[in-house]
Amino acid sequence: MAARTDVWTTLTDPLIRQNPVTLQILGICSALAVTTTLATALTMSISLTVVLTLAAGLVSVIRRHIPETIRLIVQIVIVASLVIVIDQILQAYFAEISRALSVYVGLITTNCLVLGRTEAYARHHAPLPAMVDAFGNGLGYSLVLILIGGLRELFGKGELFGHQVLPLADAGGWFTPLSLMLLAPSAFFLLGLLVWTVRSLYPGQTEAPEHTPPLRAEPAE
Amino acid sequence: MTELWGLFLMAAFVDNMPLTLFLGLCTFLALSKRPEAAVGLGVAMTGVLSVTVPLNHLIYVGLLAPGAWAWAGLPDLDLSYLSLIAFIGVIAASVQFLEMILDRFFPAIHAAFGVFLPLLTVQCAILAGSLFMVERSYTLAQSAVFGLGSGVGFAVAVAMLAAIRTRLSYADLPAGLSGLGIAFVLAGLMSLGFASFAQMAAAQ
Repeated sequence: MAARTDVWTTLTDPLIRQNPVTLQILGICSALAVTTTLATALTMSISLTVVLTLAAGLVSVIRRHIPETIRLIVQIVIVASLVIVIDQILQAYFAEISRALSVYVGLITTNCLVLGRTEAYARHHAPLPAMVDAFGNGLGYSLVLILIGGLRELFGKGELFGHQVLPLADAGGWFTPLSLMLLAPSAFFLLGLLVWTVRSLYPGQTEAPEHTPPLRAEPAE
Repeated sequence: MTELWGLFLMAAFVDNMPLTLFLGLCTFLALSKRPEAAVGLGVAMTGVLSVTVPLNHLIYVGLLAPGAWAWAGLPDLDLSYLSLIAFIGVIAASVQFLEMILDRFFPAIHAAFGVFLPLLTVQCAILAGSLFMVERSYTLAQSAVFGLGSGVGFAVAVAMLAAIRTRLSYADLPAGLSGLGIAFVLAGLMSLGFASFAQMAAAQ
């Protein structure tokens, strides 16, 4: 029974409590760049989860054979090969989304999240837990991406997955699109607010203030 | 010449790596707590980017691009799918090389960089510089200018963010917002500022 709860916590912990994006600041680059629409966010999430799970499994299988000194290069080559496969699949079957994602699929290679998980977890654990952990982290990342992507597409265009959800003012409805939502700054604001929300729900995650202001001397009467 | 200058300005400000294209954010946020560290990171980024982008350009054109092996009787060979692995290898090697040179000849600078240099291998902004170079098919001169410009843009942005964060360290923020949360909001505000460069470029 104990083993099963272990697997369950490994899988569910990274979803919100240990979320890789909001708590560990890993893999933010792509989290912000591809979230202008829900479709690209979803494609990116799936690609990253697949790469992460497979990479963790592979690294974990050969973990006893990788020499300590060159382990980073070995891990990067494994990740890069998987990313090339994913990139080719996307180009072949989802050409339009692949163009929208531009270089960001290739950048999964240097996504700190992938290297962070293989380096911190998969290197020391058996293949099954490593893959479960990687899958959980992939899901946590996907959750943030889909949330931000959905919000940006809904308020930026009034659409979800390209279907009109809110009637536009131009077409006789009531909704005026917020074009700021489609630009870079809004992604930063949304993620900042998300971090604030998560940390208010789990106060243990707040960072200790770096400086404490000196106590003000009471004015002598 | 003016064309190259325009490309430099575009890479540094209009297409600013962290603030407009969201590249290299991990180090951008993690190392912007202290101005000294931020400046060190900015200089290292500029150095590595302006070396690796032209180098990767030579490798791509000479070895990987479709038709690069035509002289050897293999005109149909297209190795461009290998570019990701090749670029990562070049970046890792040049970071290592830069570190060795600095360690041997400029120990003071090497000590100032500390741990940042090896970290740059897995910096998405650096890999992205090379990938953009392929996607936009720059020439050798253009890719050198593009690498330099992107590095300078990154350095400016990270130094500014570090300055603002130091300034805010005494501010009385809500507990959940301090640290990472406020850094995101600041980056958003700076990104709004940098968006005005895009407007200026569009107006021309």
